This record gives sequence, structure tokens and C-alpha cells, in this order.
Amino acid sequence: MARAGLREPFAARALLIAAAVLYVGLMLLLPLGAVLTEALRKGWDAWLAAISDPDARASIRLTLIVAAISVPLNTVCGIAAAWAVSKFDFRGKALLVAFIELPFSVSPVVSGLVFVLLFGAQGWFGPWLQAHDIRIIFALPGLVLATMFVTFPFVARQLIPLMSAQGRADEEAALTLGASGWQTFWRVTLPNIRFGLLYGVLLCNARAMGEFGAVSVVSGHIRGETNTMPLQVEALYNDYDFVAAFAVASLLTLLALVTLALKTGLEWKHRDELFAQH
Amino acid sequence: MSIRVEHVSKSFSAYPALNDVSLKIESGEFVALLGPSGSGKTTLLRILAGLELPENGKIWFGKRDVTQDKPASRGIGFVFQHYALFSHMTAAQNIAFGLKVMKRRSRPSRDEISTRVEELLKLVQLQGLGSRYPSQLSGGQRQRVALARALAREPRILLLDEPFGALDAKVRRELREALRKIHDDLGLTSIFVTHDQEEAFALGDRVALLNEGRIEQFATPAEIEQQPASEFVRSFLE
Repeated sequence: MARAGLREPFAARALLIAAAVLYVGLMLLLPLGAVLTEALRKGWDAWLAAISDPDARASIRLTLIVAAISVPLNTVCGIAAAWAVSKFDFRGKALLVAFIELPFSVSPVVSGLVFVLLFGAQGWFGPWLQAHDIRIIFALPGLVLATMFVTFPFVARQLIPLMSAQGRADEEAALTLGASGWQTFWRVTLPNIRFGLLYGVLLCNARAMGEFGAVSVVSGHIRGETNTMPLQVEALYNDYDFVAAFAVASLLTLLALVTLALKTGLEWKHRDELFAQH
Repeated sequence: MSIRVEHVSKSFSAYPALNDVSLKIESGEFVALLGPSGSGKTTLLRILAGLELPENGKIWFGKRDVTQDKPASRGIGFVFQHYALFSHMTAAQNIAFGLKVMKRRSRPSRDEISTRVEELLKLVQLQGLGSRYPSQLSGGQRQRVALARALAREPRILLLDEPFGALDAKVRRELREALRKIHDDLGLTSIFVTHDQEEAFALGDRVALLNEGRIEQFATPAEIEQQPASEFVRSFLE
């Protein structure tokens, strides 16, 4: 249905649509198809063998562990940050919002390097950590820190506009009705933001499992120990083991597709509660 | 319950919202806070509720100094301009909220709560609509739910912020009558904020006229009409 006042000539419309479809096809669908085709080039058995290889399984387990730690922590911190920014007035609020967005504007490699500079053998806290036999870089804590840093903004960014638009009236109502701060949060605030929160967590999780740059810097690339799935894909690819590389990559692709499906489902069903309405 | 406001001041980032306001309201009175926007009437109501703290001055409910008390422990009911109903709860769940969040020791049983909710639904003439969600109710019905919710814990004082502001004229009239009747039947002391002079004079036993953070006149509608206390009052009434 064409809207009044927005009637482009047929040729222009056709050209624009064709360009968009072509672009999506070339940039997204073709690579997606390529990943799945390459992964299954030698059949299901080879695919299955590739992902049940001990190193591959270790990388899958590690990715799941990293996500299982960093996503919940980022969810809690994201809610806290969004709550503080949207429901209270304080000095330096604009600065805090800018800092929340920082990880998005910094190259992931730099994000990883920061942690090497802090906790690496030659880093600020390196000697102290070594003296106490604590390993952060080239170990799980480093992977979790780098992942948390990169994925921190997702939950907070989704919630800040939503919570700002909802205002404080519901919370104030709960307070006048005798609810404690804790009861207000669980019974009023959280239900009000639940779909927006789920949306943010979904994006946060997809990025946490897929992050390459920052994780690559702190990982040390020890196969079977500190390689996450994206790093394992690179390692296999560098070995010219294309089927195995694409097999692991296909799992990451599958994650992307599931995320997309859930995200679209949420957007379709709960539009009003996901984004700020004006 | 009587309410005393003593020399209350409050300012928001430089400009004064309330400037040395004093007020004495008798038990059982229905008082309107009337004034143009920015006059401080809503700030005064929010200070009475405990949603804002005054910089100076004291608030007394009866013989109790409640200046530093939290909203929950003041024994008030508060009705918000845009209802502030919890959209994920039904009307009945909204009304029950204040009872459900009580400490286990003092909380009524589940049966007692549902009996009380039914009573309140009846009080605001919404029998049978308890299972509706706020989005399934009209503006007038939503405000009735908000009123019932505010009354659930049997407050002695009812505070209403522009309670009819978002409603059309006919619904407004009906709700006004319903509110007056509830106020009288329950023996409440009620204060409502409005910028509508006709509404303030129709509903209020006494009207406090505010301007720029000060009370210009606090008297019955008849007295204000016959003897406006200041030039501002005279011009506001025209």
C-alpha cells in the first residue's frame, strides 16, 4: 500500500528494492550459504567428526562457560547502570552514559590489550599476580574479562531509553503502597522491562559467544584449553582443515540464526514493551 | 486525621518550588490545591506523601511528626495523574498489591485479601471487572482502579494529583461524585491538586490557592469569591 505523498516512480522503486535485495544476497545470504555448504562438503559424518574432535569440544565448552559467566554479570550490571541513569539525577550522568557506550567505539583488539597491560606478565599487576600464582591472561579469567568489557553495553543500552520513557510513576506508586525497594524492583520494575531485558541479553549472548578480537589477544591460543569457538575456527582454518573450520563455524552461524529468530519473534510480539514509546 | 504544614520550603536546582508554606487542614476536610503550573501545588502534595523531602519545615499528621517518614509508613493513599497502574497485573492484582507486599506477620490471608479486593471493586463501582488488565479498561475505569488500590491499606489520608486531568467532562463529573461519596463514607482527609478552578470550587471544602511557591489564600470557595485576598487571586478567578 503506497502512502499518499510518497509515490516514487515505479522504476525508482524497483531499482531501490533490487539494489537492497542484491546487497543482502551478496553480503549476507551468500556467505551464510557458503559456510553451511563448506561445513557439509564431505557429508554429515565428517561434520559430526569435526565437531566431536576433543579440541573442538573443548572450545565449545569454553565458549559456553565464558558466556555463562559474562552474560549474567553483564545483565546485573546493565540493569544497575540503566536503573541509575534513568531513575535518578546526579552529577556526571552524561559522562556515565558515554562510558557505558565506550566499548562499542573501541576496537576489540585494544579492549583485549588493555587487560594484557593490566594483568600480563609485564603488566601493572603482573608481578603481584605471579607471586600469588594467579593466572588471568592466557586463562579463563582473562577471557571472561575481555568478553565482559566488549559486551557490557548491550543490556544497558537497550534498557536506558526504555526505563527513561517509563518514568518513575510506577515505582513511586509501589512505594506509596508500602513496597520495599527490593519488592518494587522484583514486582514492578523488572516486569515492566522484561522483554527489553530479554532482547538485550540475547544480543549480549550472541556477541559474547562470537567475540574474536579482544578474546584473541588475551587467550594465548592453547588448543583444547584457551581457544574459544571463534579462535578454534581460525586455528583450524590456518591448518588448511577447511571442513573442520567450517563445521565449527556452522555452529556459530546456527547460534546467529537462533538469535535472529528469537529476536524477530520478540519484536513481532512485544514491540510496545521493547522500545520506548512516545 | 488533621494535617499541619509548618514553614515548608523546597527548591529544585536554584528556583524555589515552595517558599515558607504553612497550612492547617482539619480532620475530615476535602481540600483542593489550586494554582497555575509551576505554582508548587504538586510539590506540596508530593512532600505530604513523602515522595519529596522538604529542605525546611515540618509536616504533622495528627500529633505525629512525619517529616522524615517514608511514604509507606505515613498511612496515606496516593492517586497519580496518569494512574500509574501496573500494566502486567489485572485490576484485582493492582488493588491487592499494597496488601501482598505487607510483612508476613501483618499480611492478611489470601482469602481475606480477595474479599477485601471485592469490597474495594464494589466501592469504586467496578464489580466483575477485577480480571481485566489496565489496557482493557477505559480512562475513568483505570482511575477508579487506582483509587481502589490507594484505599486498600485503609489510609486515613488520601492524596490525589490531578486525578481527573486525563478524563473527558462526563466521566470527570461521575468520578468527582464517586470520590466525594467515598471521602464522606470512609471519613477520610483528602487533598487533591488541580489547575481547574471550577473543579476546585465544586469539590473542595476549602481551597488553597498557590502562586510561585506561596499560598495566596486558603479559604472556602465562597470566601474566596467574595473576598479575594490579593490581586493575583482576583485575576486568577477571572
